[in-house]
Amino acid sequence: MDLVTLSRLQFAVTALYHFLFVPLTLGLSVLLGIMETVYVMTGREIWRQMVQFWGILFGINFAMGVATGITMEFQFGTNWAYYSHYVGDVFGAPLAIEGLMAFFLEATFVGMFFFAWNRLSKVQHLMATWLLAIGTNLSALWILIANGWMQYPVGARFNAETMRMEVSDFMAVLFNPVAQAKFVHTVSAGYVTGSVFVLAISAWYLLNGRHAEFAKRSMTVAASFGMASALSVVVLGDESGYTAGQNQKMKIAAIEAMWQTEPAPASFTIFGLPDQKGRVTHMEVKVPWMLGLVATRSADTPVPGISELVGIAQKDIADGLIAYRGLMMLKEDRSDAAARKAVDDHAEHLGYALLLKNIRPDIENATPDEIVRAADSTIPNVPVLFWSFRIMVGLGLWFIVLFVLSFWLSAKRQLDRWRPYLWAAFLTLPLPWIAAELGWIVAEYGRQPWVIVGVLPTALGVSSIAAANVGMSLVGFALFYTGLLAADLYLLRKYIKLGPDAALAYAPRTEEAA
Amino acid sequence: MDYEILRLIWWALLGILLIGFAVMDGFDLGTAALLPFVGKTDIERRVIINTVGPVWEGNQVWFILGGGAIFAAWPTLYAASFSGFYLAMFLVLATLILRPAGFKFRSKVDDLRWRAFWDWALFAGGVVPALVFGVAFGNLFQGVPFGFDSDLRFHSQITLTLLLNPFALVVGLVSLSMIVLHGAAWLNYKTEDAVQARARAIMPYAAASFVVLFAIAGVWLSYLDGFHIVGAMAHDGPSNPMLKSVTTATGQWMKSEAIPAVVLAMGGAVLAFLLRRRPLLAFLSSALVPVGTIATAGLALFPFLLPSSSDPGASLTVWDASSSKLTLEIMLGAVVIFLPIIIAYTGFVYRVMRGPVRARDLDRHSY
Repeated sequence: MDLVTLSRLQFAVTALYHFLFVPLTLGLSVLLGIMETVYVMTGREIWRQMVQFWGILFGINFAMGVATGITMEFQFGTNWAYYSHYVGDVFGAPLAIEGLMAFFLEATFVGMFFFAWNRLSKVQHLMATWLLAIGTNLSALWILIANGWMQYPVGARFNAETMRMEVSDFMAVLFNPVAQAKFVHTVSAGYVTGSVFVLAISAWYLLNGRHAEFAKRSMTVAASFGMASALSVVVLGDESGYTAGQNQKMKIAAIEAMWQTEPAPASFTIFGLPDQKGRVTHMEVKVPWMLGLVATRSADTPVPGISELVGIAQKDIADGLIAYRGLMMLKEDRSDAAARKAVDDHAEHLGYALLLKNIRPDIENATPDEIVRAADSTIPNVPVLFWSFRIMVGLGLWFIVLFVLSFWLSAKRQLDRWRPYLWAAFLTLPLPWIAAELGWIVAEYGRQPWVIVGVLPTALGVSSIAAANVGMSLVGFALFYTGLLAADLYLLRKYIKLGPDAALAYAPRTEEAA
Repeated sequence: MDYEILRLIWWALLGILLIGFAVMDGFDLGTAALLPFVGKTDIERRVIINTVGPVWEGNQVWFILGGGAIFAAWPTLYAASFSGFYLAMFLVLATLILRPAGFKFRSKVDDLRWRAFWDWALFAGGVVPALVFGVAFGNLFQGVPFGFDSDLRFHSQITLTLLLNPFALVVGLVSLSMIVLHGAAWLNYKTEDAVQARARAIMPYAAASFVVLFAIAGVWLSYLDGFHIVGAMAHDGPSNPMLKSVTTATGQWMKSEAIPAVVLAMGGAVLAFLLRRRPLLAFLSSALVPVGTIATAGLALFPFLLPSSSDPGASLTVWDASSSKLTLEIMLGAVVIFLPIIIAYTGFVYRVMRGPVRARDLDRHSY
């Protein structure tokens, strides 16, 4: 495999692994805060037991989130050096602020959460738990501001003197609508994950006739928090679709396998077999109007199809080539005013011209045919996006059904009556992870061929290092992560099987071990 | 604020963040490096792990923040150093990712082999990063082979065997002895009885190794070629490292500004040794060692950040490897607001967790 493929594969593997642990941390931290608040308000022991038991599982998962997160902070530099140079001026800031504002808070108070039960007052400990939850969620905010900028790079411009993108309007980066929508969607998905985790394990206890009081209380919290979150994932997932409709038309067209622009309002394809080569979708089943209404929030704005967008990309490439030729002249003579003006006036589409680098190195001599090929390369992998998106949405709808049912049963105090319900709740356990990983595949695989949409093609972002080194680190990380994941699952299973009473009585037996 | 002043402030902040990492995460790296030797029985090892249990996660954020801040303020340095030192960085990351699992998972299973495995994982997670960071600094003084093309794409010819040269290995051992001293001083402060006695017994050796190795590295450095900028260079110019010329000459790194830092580093080690029966003072003294050591390196290299041996003109300096003025301003604002808050709540946590860790204090909340 070549350097670019290996680097992308390593990023995908390490990021998808990291996101096995992040959503549970996001959701459980808030659930712990809610449970401990009830404990402090009512003073009832069982709520403290709930905080501490779910806390043990939280801690095992948290360690894995931290372990896999370390790699993420440095991987841009190790494997995406040109990316780091090209956009570090913009992209680095939210990552650094994440450390300053969020991760420090989270990591400091996670220590208090576990070790300070006997050293802090009840209210102080509750504060520590909430600061942990706030830190965790703020952390997601800054990471998604960084990620949102990759999808919709606002508030920055190209500087020919430094050959990179530089911040021109930090507020625009901060209040990027794509980032805001992603943040709400992602943390809600995390809350759903945490709620399903609590709900499913509690259901398993009830199925086995264990810890009924503990399990039913836990399910009640998970049901109401989960219902609110599951609704907001879909409603605010819709919000993601809306902003994608404005800014990432190609991604939404690919998700819909919409090859041609349809008359407004466009229909939504529920089922179909997209054919990337022939640019048609076979066996389509469509719901009229739905896509147009969701994506444009109006009945008369058309949603552009893939072919129309490719046509626009061809024009953008030609425009970007003007900036690129100016840049070539500036390299010869830094004081060439006409060249500088050409760069400044056309820099907006410079990234489109750079797409030609995948076809030939001397892109200033590109033929019209090559421009067409470069424009065609802006189409992401349609079948993968089409199906990932539909499975994710299907799972999201199932979570709503499950939580509404749970909420209704908990209100009627009949959570332990219906074994089919308990089985359904238990078997849902792995599904939020599948939905979350598919969500990232839609977002990031759907961003291709760009690493920064419209600014930098992915293939140009890599480090100039030997492919063999990346192959080695990829195998190394995959083995390390898989080993750690096995240990993580082993411990989670062990403590879940012990159950709250035994798990909380359990102290490491050092005498026997020694 | 002036671009030149901003760059200087961010050079100082880079040092402060590295010092924060070396001082705060340094003692838990050192503690982990000493774990298999100072802890003879399982209960002793648990005591050792629980001295850092509540704080190591917060400490490690200094490392994460260091990475993020270099990305934000010195993106060219971030891109060049981490991709240039690719395999070394992989070693550091691979051993550091073992630590969270090591701390959290180790005592959750009553099996000696399981625990021994994680003890050695923690050991590796302490020793390898300490050694590799030192080796990396050792290479900064010699320059590493790299350059840029006209798109400012970084390319290097750095290999692992090139990095592992004798001078760099000595600096690696300087770093390791510093971390071991700091870890021993921490255990001397936070434990009692047998564990404390063993940690204290290590301190003289660690302090002596540090002082001797630091002196050897210093003398050796005076024979090495140092880098300096030829002619005038704008301090507020664009961050483009291809617009200057640089030459090398023996002894250029021996700057008199670094002398107070040298005194601080060596003095801290000597004080830690002399005060080892006053554990808190000894620990505070050992914290001066990383302060002095990193300041020595930074001041000696100034204004260089990453010198290039193959194309000296392409070396990264304080004046041509930073972010834009606006980004430096925004990030400075963020640091001014949040660093005092971080220090305040970190101080609170250390106050809550004050006092020695004893075997009888370990409970079901402990690691």
